[in-house]
Amino acid sequence: MFTEFFYELRNAKVPVTLREYLTLLEALDKGVARYNVNEFYYLSRSALVKDEKNLDKFDRVFGKCFEGIEFTAEDDVHEIPEDWLKQLTEKFFTEEEKAALEAMDWDELMETLKKRMEEQDERHEGGNKWIGTNGKSPYGAHGYNPAGVRIGQDKNKNNKAVKVWDKREFKNLDDGLEIGTRNMKVALRRLRRWARDGNAEELDLPDTIRSTAKNAGYLDLKMVPERHNSVKVLLFFDVGGSMDPHIKVCEELFSAARTEFKNLEYFYFHNCLYEEVWQDNVRRRADKLGTYQVMHTYPHDYKVIFVGDATMSPYEIVHPGGSVEHWNEESGESWMQRMLSVYPKAVWLNPVPEGYWDSTPSIEILKQIMSHRMFPMTLEGLERAMKELSR
Amino acid sequence: MKFEGTDTYVATEDLMVAVNASITLGRPLLIKGEPGTGKTVLAEEVARALNKPLIQWHIKSSTKAQQGLYEYDAVSRLRDSQLGDEKVHDISNYIVKGKLWEAFEGDESPVLLIDEIDKADIEFPNDLLLELDRMEFFVYETQEQIVAKNRPIVMITSNNEKELPDAFLRRCFFHYIQFPDPDTMRDIIGVHFPEIQKTLVSEALKIFYEVRDVPGLKKKPSTSELLDWLKLLMAEDMPEEILRERDPNKLIPPLHGALLKNEQDVHLFERLAFLTRRENR
Repeated sequence: MFTEFFYELRNAKVPVTLREYLTLLEALDKGVARYNVNEFYYLSRSALVKDEKNLDKFDRVFGKCFEGIEFTAEDDVHEIPEDWLKQLTEKFFTEEEKAALEAMDWDELMETLKKRMEEQDERHEGGNKWIGTNGKSPYGAHGYNPAGVRIGQDKNKNNKAVKVWDKREFKNLDDGLEIGTRNMKVALRRLRRWARDGNAEELDLPDTIRSTAKNAGYLDLKMVPERHNSVKVLLFFDVGGSMDPHIKVCEELFSAARTEFKNLEYFYFHNCLYEEVWQDNVRRRADKLGTYQVMHTYPHDYKVIFVGDATMSPYEIVHPGGSVEHWNEESGESWMQRMLSVYPKAVWLNPVPEGYWDSTPSIEILKQIMSHRMFPMTLEGLERAMKELSR
Repeated sequence: MKFEGTDTYVATEDLMVAVNASITLGRPLLIKGEPGTGKTVLAEEVARALNKPLIQWHIKSSTKAQQGLYEYDAVSRLRDSQLGDEKVHDISNYIVKGKLWEAFEGDESPVLLIDEIDKADIEFPNDLLLELDRMEFFVYETQEQIVAKNRPIVMITSNNEKELPDAFLRRCFFHYIQFPDPDTMRDIIGVHFPEIQKTLVSEALKIFYEVRDVPGLKKKPSTSELLDWLKLLMAEDMPEEILRERDPNKLIPPLHGALLKNEQDVHLFERLAFLTRRENR
């Protein structure tokens, strides 16, 4: 019935499956949507889309597949305010034509205007409906309908001057390739390591039965601590300078990691790791922490995640005194090596897209130091990194 | 049996279609949306409108799927065996029914609200797949199959803290509660505060949408916060002139505590107020 629509959705990367399609048909069969395009739209959206980030894609496909199904020529042109028209005439008509227009009556004027806009549209836009988004139409976001000129915000809600799916209200929810905290949490979950420690709060049934039996049937309750994630993580963030464009993704990673790992410590560094790190960026000059101190405080079983773009001058890594901020006695490279020998489980997450890594020498150097355990900060990269850490 | 909103709940057309589809087909309805847009209230209102009992199952981070079905109370059985209680011979005395069982048992199909499903462990929805799909489950201890007498109307809310598994999503209808436009918002306010003055509402709404439009807010105020704020304004008998006056020195709306729940957001507002004052000088 709507097979084409179904495949169009799949082509547009809306994850619909046969099961959902059958649900939609079943609902139609039972008369949930009463032969009304709007209800059909709402129903199919509810049955086929399961994540708000796909709503915009769905609206686009729906608009494409069912274009022209709805009544088009509603005669509400008269609602157009005078000054809108004025703007339009200025945009689409030449001076002589404007003079000629003076003589036309309202209907004629609208007809001419419509034609002119259609011509204009074909020439420039290839029939794109959402003319408003292209900045050409004075009608604002909702654009105009090829069949008639309409004003975007209609006061009467029942008078559907604009088709709901054409409004594309969900546009800003489509998050494309960007990764959000929840996805990160799912990826970080790979690092879980369950362990029981802390207060004994759960009833240990097997042990209770065993000890009760041993106790000649006299009840002997045994408790165990609840299971929780015992993985321990040190996070090192590069801050400032070239990292500024990546702040958002770093914040997201940070908040995802904070809720996922109970044993999480975080530190900041600039460009490359040297003899000092800090925990508070506001007081970074005053409250510095020796990198040695970090290594001596946290045992070897901590897993280390570096987050940084690794984009700097190669001198900052390989030469003593190469730091842009202070005089470092030892090179960043030797500090990195020291860190890696203390914490064998370590990865580097790089917000710079993987394709650009080859063209920046410093990234190459750090990647060598990390023995290729550098991963891009995408969902897929994060998963690879967590896999590497949990090995 | 159709849901068309109630005297205290304004349902948009798309929401009605989604709710009715899930009622007709007996599939769960998953509701997402900004906090405070009336996700949990929806289930209560549907139950009220259809005159059905409401069973609420609030999910916490420690909730397990099994708890919704039943729990076997081993400790009290052991204790009873110690005391020589006769009850001890029948294991079914120690099966504690969960919310789902309760919902399956009712004589008329109830509305079952599974609130904030994303709070639970990531495997939680997967553990309920079969139970929500076929509306039946098996009790190992007593070897009995529990089948729903009437399919309950299942409403599930999520705040998007965790992504839900695809297999689970495929079995649900989905609705995203869009933040209401000013017109719908006026309807919602009319439903909650019928005696409120029109002018106060329009001034308050103007401020409210302005606040929502301020870039960089950590938590945008939502419908429930607006309703709280209006309640406060009414209680304080705030004259509408105060709302109307756009004095840059008073950029922070009166009684802002109901709208801005975050210290950083209040600071942001104060900073903006400071900036406008400086520009005006």
